[in-house]
Amino acid sequence: MNLFEHVGKFSRFLLLVLSKPEKGKIFFSQIVREIHKLGINSIGIVVIISLFMGAVITLQTAYNMLNPLLPDYLVGYTTRESMLLEFSSTIVGLILAGKVGSNIASEIGSMRVTEQIDALEIMGINSANHLILPKIVAAIFINPFLYVLSVFVGILGGLAAGYLTSTVAVSEFIYGIQYGFIPYYITYSLIKTAVFAFIITAVPSYYGYYVKGGALEVGKASTKAVVNSSILILLANVILTQILLK
Amino acid sequence: MIRLENVNKSFGDLKVLNDISITFESGKTNLIIGQSGSGKTVLLKSIIGLHDVDNGAIYYNDRNFTELNHKGKKEIRKEMGMVFQGGALFDSLNVKENVKFPLDMFSTMSEKEKNKRVEFCLDRVNIKNANHLFPAEISGGMQKRVAIARAIALNPKYLFCDEPNSGLDPVTAIVIDNLIQEITKEFNMTTIINTHDMNSVMEIGEKILFISKGYKAWEGNKDQIFNTKNQALNDFVFASDLFKNIKKST
Repeated sequence: MNLFEHVGKFSRFLLLVLSKPEKGKIFFSQIVREIHKLGINSIGIVVIISLFMGAVITLQTAYNMLNPLLPDYLVGYTTRESMLLEFSSTIVGLILAGKVGSNIASEIGSMRVTEQIDALEIMGINSANHLILPKIVAAIFINPFLYVLSVFVGILGGLAAGYLTSTVAVSEFIYGIQYGFIPYYITYSLIKTAVFAFIITAVPSYYGYYVKGGALEVGKASTKAVVNSSILILLANVILTQILLK
Repeated sequence: MIRLENVNKSFGDLKVLNDISITFESGKTNLIIGQSGSGKTVLLKSIIGLHDVDNGAIYYNDRNFTELNHKGKKEIRKEMGMVFQGGALFDSLNVKENVKFPLDMFSTMSEKEKNKRVEFCLDRVNIKNANHLFPAEISGGMQKRVAIARAIALNPKYLFCDEPNSGLDPVTAIVIDNLIQEITKEFNMTTIINTHDMNSVMEIGEKILFISKGYKAWEGNKDQIFNTKNQALNDFVFASDLFKNIKKST
């Protein structure tokens, strides 16, 4: 199947997904369940990665700033900007594409090969809408919170690393993270995070939904889902950065 | 009643169903039999609308299913129950939630009424004290029975079963067959069962459609099957020594 066929099929798939849910009450209960599954269950990995990445950014920046003319607070400034602009949105997005994306593709794919999706269709339920829309809505809702958490934990990790290794004084670091702050960067990153959340859920759902065969094909679909959603995240990152930071 | 008129279905150049016409009656267990690859699963999936037929018509009583729009098909689907080969129970829901699912989606019952209906359906298929168990925690036979309970939860007019006793031991298979037949009579449903299990044919085959290479090769009932002159059907039914000996002895 070539790229254009995929685009066409994906568009048709989205039309199915983005239709009115059968029952509002069930839809909202599914959203809550998905927020827990996709968001709350990802807090651990987001915290760990952000903490260490914040620490590493601080140490590398300090290591590369040997020139005495450069003020120490630039370490804090660089850590904040890195976390805010790129790491907490894009890199966390890529990590979640691996964790959440493979989970979604294998879950939906397994439902397809074990005829659970057919069972929904027989009942007269729009299976794509019933299974996938709650995931998309939940991720778009919860991922911005994960982004904020990641920025906060990353900066905290940088502060701790600077203090523990005595590379930068706490007061300098705190001054740096407040220096030249542009609030729009948060808006920019939150928009990116929401778009990435859509990609992370919609693309793996697409691969899982149309899987044919057995367990082997579900595994292949899961791999394709992660690879392609990661590529799409990187592509969307470039496009959104060009549009939003012009 | 479900009536098929000259149903044809192809996948690319491969013609799978050729001019199939038959009437499946209500209150009877209607069986579709045939060798693997003969087209019986495609026929069943075409009847329930999982495959679109190339031409021909499928009538649910007097409603032409093939000509209905999405909304019309959806209405008829609410009158269908389906038992899949593997049960197709929802992994993330327990036994009670699985049976309650169609009620949650489509009924206007109160929570109390829904629970009562779930209890009735599970009791009808002899499932006790398993409400909290998940599909992975129950046996294949129990999964099939829960699938039947889910299929009848909304009091369907039409029940479809795709190889309902495959992978089951002979005793459980007969229990499932008899259960389907009892339910069919009790609720006067039009039941269509896709099978290649000869025990099922002999046990509950009130109306039998034999498909060979995508064509309707024979139509009759379990009593007529013994005396058929149809060579393809004879080769299929009496493939095993056991059934050859039974035929000789009768």
